[in-house]
Amino acid sequence: MSEPRLLQLQDLRVSFHSRDGVVDAVRGVSFSLGREKLGIVGESGSGKSMTGRALMRLLPSTATMHAKTMRFGEIDLLAASERQMCQVRGRHIAMIMQDPKYSLNPVVTVGKQITETYRRHRRTGGRAARDYAIEMLDAVKIRDPARVFHQYPHEISGGMGQRVMIAMMLAAEPSLLIADEPTSALDVTVRFEILQLLDELIQSRHLGVLFISHDLNLVRRYCDRVLIMYAGQVVEEIEADRLNEATHPYTRGLLDSMPRIHRPRHRLPVLQRDPAWREPLTADER
Amino acid sequence: MAPITRMAAFGRGAIPTSAGLRVGLGRVVSVLFTLLGLLALTFFIGRLLPADPVLAVTGPEVTKATYDRVYLELGLDRSVWQQFLGYIGGVLQGDLGRSTTTGQPVMQDLMRAFPATLELSLAAAIVGSAVGIPLGIAAAVNRGSWIDHIARIIGLAGYSIPIFWMGLMGLFLFYAKLHWVGPSGRVDIFYEGMVPPVTGMMMVDAAIAGDWTVFRSAFAHLILPASVLGYYSTAYISRMTRSFMLEQMTQEYVIAARAKGLSRSAVIWRHAFKNIRVQLLTVVALVFGGLLDGTVLIETVFGWPGVGQYLTRGLQFNDINVVMSTVLMIGVLFLTINVVSDWLYRRLDPRTR
Repeated sequence: MSEPRLLQLQDLRVSFHSRDGVVDAVRGVSFSLGREKLGIVGESGSGKSMTGRALMRLLPSTATMHAKTMRFGEIDLLAASERQMCQVRGRHIAMIMQDPKYSLNPVVTVGKQITETYRRHRRTGGRAARDYAIEMLDAVKIRDPARVFHQYPHEISGGMGQRVMIAMMLAAEPSLLIADEPTSALDVTVRFEILQLLDELIQSRHLGVLFISHDLNLVRRYCDRVLIMYAGQVVEEIEADRLNEATHPYTRGLLDSMPRIHRPRHRLPVLQRDPAWREPLTADER
Repeated sequence: MAPITRMAAFGRGAIPTSAGLRVGLGRVVSVLFTLLGLLALTFFIGRLLPADPVLAVTGPEVTKATYDRVYLELGLDRSVWQQFLGYIGGVLQGDLGRSTTTGQPVMQDLMRAFPATLELSLAAAIVGSAVGIPLGIAAAVNRGSWIDHIARIIGLAGYSIPIFWMGLMGLFLFYAKLHWVGPSGRVDIFYEGMVPPVTGMMMVDAAIAGDWTVFRSAFAHLILPASVLGYYSTAYISRMTRSFMLEQMTQEYVIAARAKGLSRSAVIWRHAFKNIRVQLLTVVALVFGGLLDGTVLIETVFGWPGVGQYLTRGLQFNDINVVMSTVLMIGVLFLTINVVSDWLYRRLDPRTR
């Protein structure tokens, strides 16, 4: 770990205030991230997506967040103004979202959505941005990029949509990528292609990645390090290839609930949840 | 028009020319059918009105011989079907009958009254959209803040204050006290008839003639009734804009646009607003249609010689041809608005092309 850390996060808390009271979505998450692939795994509502959103300060307006530290390189993400955050988003930290059907603007052409990122941060003319966008489409292995450039999102497939999403988010050459369930909405056959493409781009561009997923197997294969989240807390942090040695009962329960081809079982066990997992972690447990 | 839209989306994969032709043909047929229904409707309105068409022509003091002659002249001895076909034939030739109150052909009267109403409601729709849409967007993006509340109050006031009262107060304040605008009528009395009528819309005609004095006078007369009418529609337009916009602001693509680092205004106008244009178009088209036939009160207050006034007078005096023809014209107008907005949908939303 001689490299300087890209991202440092300490004690992130996100809560939602509603008429029915306060819901704590993230309760004291800390980690740091270099140019590596860090996975966050957890079930729905465990706070993994909110952690990703909080890093970009893109939480819903009903949410409030606190943290002791949230730094990206030299930039203090907590103190940055909204204006400064606009310089950080896209340029330094970018985010790939789950379903291109919803995350691409349906009435804006593919090309325009890519050039927009580039022009926002690079201040170039339309011609240069256009050439660059076609280059990006080529880089995400879209055949006939000049044609796709002029197409609308509904005219392309889901897999292509996700390639466009990747091109759009990497257009301004960020160094940190938050991938929030980037393949969950895709067909299984396409999923592998997208992951492979993402991996190539991560390698060649030397990116740090926060890979948010509910798929334990995927994260195990794909990431260097894994955080297991439960009820807004990181219950376990472990090297991906040592996941089998996990000690926390929740992680063990998850691993045990996975079917395996060579060990047929009649019935998969149902995860027994211990209310104690919800308790706030003590300082040295973190 | 929804089924047609769906057909268009469905036929996209096919050979473009034949699919386009089929859709176009489908639309023409559907418009023709609606038109036929409309004609049948106005025809039966004419038959149901509690007025004797013969007496309407001759007046109440009439001899039996005259009555019978007029009865035959009007073709009332023919079967209903023949009469209906005769009516359609007349309409297609631009013959809407004669008004018993003005003594003029109805077509001629409408050609004078309609542009006046069109000018007024166009101006009102422009005022209503120019105020209502930005107001609705401001309210949506500042949801729950004082801007939202003020927008709500402005809209609510426009919707609740009776339009004739607002018109009278407007005349009192801006004409009688401040002298900012003209009084009732379309133009100052000594400019009346000074520009040759081309479109029938006073401002447009003045501009064509290059007579800017008349133009200014016409503008001074138009601005107040148009603003009062426009303010009324602002309420609806701004509330609809607000709810459309709120729906869009929580969409994933808005978050994606923000994640790219776009500024707030770029996200609002280049992304969210682009997605509500089609919905807004429907609202504005409806409002415009509503304004066209809803100008009766304001036309009365401002002495505006438009369709609303013409229709009211026709109803008061049991003038069958006037009522039938005005209803028909309003129907045709709605149909036109529908066709135009349908065409605009296609221009604005790539998914329906």
